[in-house]
Amino acid sequence: MAPDGEVTLSKDFIKGLWKENPVIRQILGMCPTLAVTNSATNGLAMGLATTFVVISASTIVSIIKSLVPRQVRIATYVIIIASFVTIADLFLAAKFPSISKALGPYVPLIVVNCIILGRAEAFASKHPVHRAFIDALGMGVGFSWALILLGSIRELLGFGSIFGFKIMGAWFTPWIIMILPGGAFITLGIIIGLINQFTGSRTVDTSCH
Amino acid sequence: MPEIKEKKDDLLIVSSSPHIHTVENIPRIMHNVILSLFPPMGVSVYFFGMNALLLMLTSTVACILTEYVFQKGRKKEITIGDGSAIITGLLLALTLPPAFPLWAAALGGIVAMSLGKHIFGGLGYNIFNPALLGRAFLQAAFPVMITTWSAPLTGSIPVDGVTTATPLSLMKFEGQMTPYLNLLFGNVSGSLGETSAIAILIGAIYLLYKGYINLRQPFSYIGAIFVSGGIFWLISPDKYPDPIFHILSGGVMLGAFFMVTDYVTTPTTPLGQWIFGIAAGFLVVIIRLFGGLPEGVMYSILLMNAITPLLNRYTRPKIFGEVKVG
Repeated sequence: MAPDGEVTLSKDFIKGLWKENPVIRQILGMCPTLAVTNSATNGLAMGLATTFVVISASTIVSIIKSLVPRQVRIATYVIIIASFVTIADLFLAAKFPSISKALGPYVPLIVVNCIILGRAEAFASKHPVHRAFIDALGMGVGFSWALILLGSIRELLGFGSIFGFKIMGAWFTPWIIMILPGGAFITLGIIIGLINQFTGSRTVDTSCH
Repeated sequence: MPEIKEKKDDLLIVSSSPHIHTVENIPRIMHNVILSLFPPMGVSVYFFGMNALLLMLTSTVACILTEYVFQKGRKKEITIGDGSAIITGLLLALTLPPAFPLWAAALGGIVAMSLGKHIFGGLGYNIFNPALLGRAFLQAAFPVMITTWSAPLTGSIPVDGVTTATPLSLMKFEGQMTPYLNLLFGNVSGSLGETSAIAILIGAIYLLYKGYINLRQPFSYIGAIFVSGGIFWLISPDKYPDPIFHILSGGVMLGAFFMVTDYVTTPTTPLGQWIFGIAAGFLVVIIRLFGGLPEGVMYSILLMNAITPLLNRYTRPKIFGEVKVG
């Protein structure tokens, strides 16, 4: 892989954005995706927190991959992930208490987000550190944009605003359903359906299996 | 095979079953169902005026356009002529309050057709009743608008735009009853098509006479509401309304004859139809008496729609000569 190292690195990054996007292609991490995206700000915060955790966890897992016995690897990964989730949780609570309150239990629940464990098991534990880092960055950014998109659509229709800025005029009647759980399922389903319809690809080559 | 027929009449024609053909087909049935909806539609225009007519037009046009766009976009045969989109639009409008905004009715029609029907593959593949799904969306999206009821124009105050409570909310929140005669003729507030029991029955009798619906489903639905409502009434006549009020008020009549009898979203086996009707009727009474909402017809039918495939599967009649293995 030495001659085309640059190409592989950019491929590692790009695939998380679109081709293997965790939300719209792999349908992973549905719990935070559906639960916290009732506003664009919440989507952004959850995306950034998850990106931080996935990058840190993938990097550490890649560094220690030769030291961890196969039999206890999952437990080791979970401890690594939980450590970084605790950091993210305490950081949000200290610096952004309002966002921390809005996200509620979903920040600690990043521990069980299968994107992170999936990247550790499927990619970081088999590849060198720099590739694991870039792969995690791509997945994190891919997860974040999907959450921001979902959050923006739901906030626009449910409150008439995006990132708290009023977009719709006084004529607009908010669609209450969009900020309820049902709105998350409907919006995500429509987004995935439209993307499948127009890109014509239904089969996904996920690296998780 | 027309070319064989032309050759010789005395040829023996061997064809596969079915051998008996009927003139009935989807457009014919659908157009008759539209015809049977005319009495409730007429009554709603009489009691609620022009806005009732505009609501029916808006939601029907929205449904037809959505069906057209979906079928065009997915390069499928355009079937807006078969009338099923018109029925969905009309049924949706008949479940809306008279003062409902037209743009929201159009949105309901779009949701009913897209999320309720074409996402699943079109007519015959949908799990939920499209019109009720559209209404459920509107109820969740605009909870205030959809519970703002206006009084019928022929009421004691002949002014346009007077808001009032439906017989069911009067009963639930204020313990006040409405005379049966008003419920029969439709001179009460409520959704466009649900207020007049007589108008719905006229349409239903036409459908029964044509053989498009059978009595099993409406009978089990209304019967279950009557019996379970009656049990609660007997336990505590002061606290709960009597069973006749239950079946005449709200959307029970409209639901029983036009939604519980839907071909696509309700069971096809006789036993399944009985189970569907009884369970849905029981749910109506439970939601009305113990739920947060005054009316439960919509959710009772939608909930039972969800288990229709299961009912079809477990109530399949035994094939003649079938031997149980294992």
